[in-house]
Amino acid sequence: MSAASLTLFVLLSPFIAAALAPLATRLMGYRAAWLLALIPAGIFVYFARLSSGVSGGGTVTQGYDWIPSLGLRFSWLIDGLSLSFALLISGIGALIVLYAGGYLKGNAQQGRFFAYILLFMGSMLGVVVSDGLFTLFVFWELTSITSFLLIGFEHERAAARRAAFQALVVTGGGGLSLLAGLLLIWNVTGISDLSGLLAAGEVVRAAPLYPVMLILILGGAFTKSAQFPFHFWLPNAMEAPTPVSAYLHSATMVKAGVYLLMRLFPVMGGTVLWETVLPLFGAATLLFGAVLAVRHVDLKMMLAYTTMASLGLLVMLTGFGTERAIDAAVLYLVAHALFKGALFMVSGIIDHETGTRNLTKLGGLRSAMPLTFAIAMAAALSMGGFIPFLGFVAKEEIYAALAQGDAALLAACLVAVLGNALMFAVAFAVALKPFWGETLETPKHAHEAPVLLWLGPAVMSLAGLLAALFAPSFHAAISSPMASAIAGEARVIDLLPLPHWGLPLALSLLTVAIGIAFYVGLASLRAAVTRLLDAIGWGPDRGFDQTIAGLVRFATAVTRSLQPGRLDSYMTVTFVLVALVLLLPPVVYGELARAPFFPAHIPWHELAILLLAAVGLPAVIFAKDRLTAIVSLGIQGFSVAMIFLLYGAPDLAFTQFMVETLSVVILTLVMTRLRLSPSDKRPLVQVLPDAAIAIACGLGVMLFLMKVTEVPFDSTLSDFFEQFSKPLAHGANIVNVIIVDFRGTDTLGEIAVVMIAALSILSLIRVRAGGLRQAEDPAEETPAQGGRR
Amino acid sequence: MNSVILRTVAPALVSLMVLFSIFVLLRGHNEPGGGFIGGLIAVAALSIYGIAFGVGAVRRALYFHPIVIAGSGLLLATVSGLVSAFFGVPFMTGLWVTPVILGTEIPLATVMSFDVGVYLVVVGAIGAVALSLEEEEDET
Amino acid sequence: MMEPVLAILTGLFFAAAVYLMLSKFIIRVLLGVAILGNAVNLLIFTNGRLLREVPPVLAAGLDVPAGPVANPLPQALILTAIVISFSFFAFLLVLSWRAYEGLGTDNTDRMRVAEPEDAPLPPEGY
Repeated sequence: MSAASLTLFVLLSPFIAAALAPLATRLMGYRAAWLLALIPAGIFVYFARLSSGVSGGGTVTQGYDWIPSLGLRFSWLIDGLSLSFALLISGIGALIVLYAGGYLKGNAQQGRFFAYILLFMGSMLGVVVSDGLFTLFVFWELTSITSFLLIGFEHERAAARRAAFQALVVTGGGGLSLLAGLLLIWNVTGISDLSGLLAAGEVVRAAPLYPVMLILILGGAFTKSAQFPFHFWLPNAMEAPTPVSAYLHSATMVKAGVYLLMRLFPVMGGTVLWETVLPLFGAATLLFGAVLAVRHVDLKMMLAYTTMASLGLLVMLTGFGTERAIDAAVLYLVAHALFKGALFMVSGIIDHETGTRNLTKLGGLRSAMPLTFAIAMAAALSMGGFIPFLGFVAKEEIYAALAQGDAALLAACLVAVLGNALMFAVAFAVALKPFWGETLETPKHAHEAPVLLWLGPAVMSLAGLLAALFAPSFHAAISSPMASAIAGEARVIDLLPLPHWGLPLALSLLTVAIGIAFYVGLASLRAAVTRLLDAIGWGPDRGFDQTIAGLVRFATAVTRSLQPGRLDSYMTVTFVLVALVLLLPPVVYGELARAPFFPAHIPWHELAILLLAAVGLPAVIFAKDRLTAIVSLGIQGFSVAMIFLLYGAPDLAFTQFMVETLSVVILTLVMTRLRLSPSDKRPLVQVLPDAAIAIACGLGVMLFLMKVTEVPFDSTLSDFFEQFSKPLAHGANIVNVIIVDFRGTDTLGEIAVVMIAALSILSLIRVRAGGLRQAEDPAEETPAQGGRR
Repeated sequence: MNSVILRTVAPALVSLMVLFSIFVLLRGHNEPGGGFIGGLIAVAALSIYGIAFGVGAVRRALYFHPIVIAGSGLLLATVSGLVSAFFGVPFMTGLWVTPVILGTEIPLATVMSFDVGVYLVVVGAIGAVALSLEEEEDET
Repeated sequence: MMEPVLAILTGLFFAAAVYLMLSKFIIRVLLGVAILGNAVNLLIFTNGRLLREVPPVLAAGLDVPAGPVANPLPQALILTAIVISFSFFAFLLVLSWRAYEGLGTDNTDRMRVAEPEDAPLPPEGY
């Protein structure tokens, strides 16, 4: 198997696994998790083996043609950035599958859950390895859709439905903005893949439309990564089961926006606009998220808001885009994925074992759950930035990057200190408070978690420690190649988990000090923030509801005005348009028919038939009773048959005769039950416009037909049929040959339509009558009974 | 409808019409006619029979439910098209054989069986509608 | 050269059909539909040009027509169109009969089962 097809298989394997997951779960129950986790684990190993080739700054670009006529390819780009993301996605994915095996044990829908999670994983992998801009977009939207499915997993609850819908609208809407941005880039540069785009940054940045492109792309990135003011969907997404919160809404999907910014940094970054907008929104998100986090007592909500704050921090760092800021962003991104995922899973364990996630109702669990406590502490120490965890390395680098430079950087540094201190407080509130202090009574009697639950967070917490302890190898494999790919030039990160003597250390210590103060005063802080928010009133979350309700009302109003439920108004609109379409273009373009040549002599019998047809029409219109109507209708029908006969179409004439005969029979049968009002009851104000529309339509058709018939006739097709009817199809009746041979497939479709029409009619006839007749005529037990009630 | 004349004439008329419809069907490939026209003539025959003797008589005479006839016609038409698959030519390609029976060359073709399918669909589908409507009439 | 005459007749057919279909009464709409079927067939027929009394049937022994014959292509199209429009006319007829029976009116303005006049607003929640 070639490298390209192997990679393709690896990228498709989550989708295949997703299709098989429900079956595996039905056969094996929750233990299917062990089997299904092998898929992401295998992907992890596969990408880890690629890392030696990529860590030196190399890239792998392969793929297949997708829409060759548009120059679109299904191709992938594997470099330091996408590889690190792929490793995070597959590695954490394997742990999440195991965790979900324990967390949803006994849930009847567990198989569906596995399928969704694997679908998401495949989509997310697609986002980070896509080379083509449009494959990137397709996978980007797939993550929105799978996220929708996962948030709405417990769809019996209205809150989950609302959260899922909200996430889909916000991130899907952002995806459309992203698409517009990508199309614009494609239009300006003519390049449709990232690998080509990375070399064409100059062109993009110099384009007059650059601000528009950037804003559209940011619309995608900011919604996905929950930047203020698009953040509100992320806390609501905590309605999802905890494995989803840990995986999508902290470790991977919400980082897709950050990924996109990092990916496009060499292309679009470094401009004034970039360095203004990103830090501003990032800083606002960081502060806002951190402050909102302390307001909550629900463990997951607290973590969700700190995730939002961390995403703000990452956007801010990417926005500044200095070399050290990029290094810091890379380190913090990996550290955050590990510790936040672990903390989410710990909150899930606590919920699972005690029956509550309310911080004020939890305490003293350390004796019942020592292992969970240890895992939680390891993650919190990394989040709080203690030696020797990866979080410490990252935070030192953040301060080192921000503490030197101009006023904007210093302001950002202050924001970062404040935000980090708040997150510090939240980290220990989640990891320490439930386990420490006196034991509180919980809805369920707490036990240590089973292995499926603690394995994932344990591995992730441990990874946060080991990455720092073996920092040189970690940097060589992950952070240096990743930073190089973002910066677009070779970068070497060589930080050890040791303090930087100087300002960064002082800031770290300050952060810890403020953080401890916040932790101690958490209850009063919470009360203060709550008062503040109450004073502000409603935010974007309420606004979303108002917008949706407004949309529904607007759509209803539009529908009611366009579809009033009156057939005659629909008909009027339709025929007015028909008349306009027929009459306007010839008048505007001067294509009206010339004065027609009427034949000097028409044989009297032809004239009689034409007149008969013309007389039949008003007779139908003005018929006062049903017999007149039926007879007049028959007159015009038989006249048409005569016309066919006159002009060399005996087949048509016979068919029309038979159809008219049967029509009269059927009409007579049905009309006896229908009331034909003696007059049309149209008031004059309606007759006049109706007549005008009708005359306009008739005139339009007439002029059209005259125009068509006065130009020479292209007889290619007819000649073909005349020439080859006998030699090819052995038939002398050309019309019949066309029907059954040359255009036989068409006829097959048409007799199928006749059949369907007959079945529908029979069903309609029996809707009411069927019940009576069923018993007495067994011969009727046929497929035609389908329409019976 | 209770007319002695109609009841007397109907059997002869109806059998003539059915024969004529089959004649029109079979000559359709070389003379005016074909499955659609033949089918419609047969439906007219069935309607007349129904008016003269009641729908029950027609249903007994037909033996199969009209929709079954229509369905088998559709099946026959489809199969006629599919035969070409066995000869490696595209769907709906006409195939001809001319066996000699009793000294006469009889041309047979998948297009003819296709036309017979059309005939059966028209007879069955439109016949079913006409009979059901007549039946409603009888009941009221 | 009969095309302009047939064009006028076709225009009349269309005008009559449209006028009937603009009625509020379902029976008239139905009659309009029936006429519209014939109108469209005449339109296609005339488009293919007219030729008197020479059906597109080959005389015995000939492989191609000896002289000009009527255009077979529109005829083939119209032949199936006649049967199909008849099927649908029958369907509409039975449908309106059932509607008349069930709703007790033949005025389309009063047939409001699917789109009631005072329908409640759709839900605004989730």
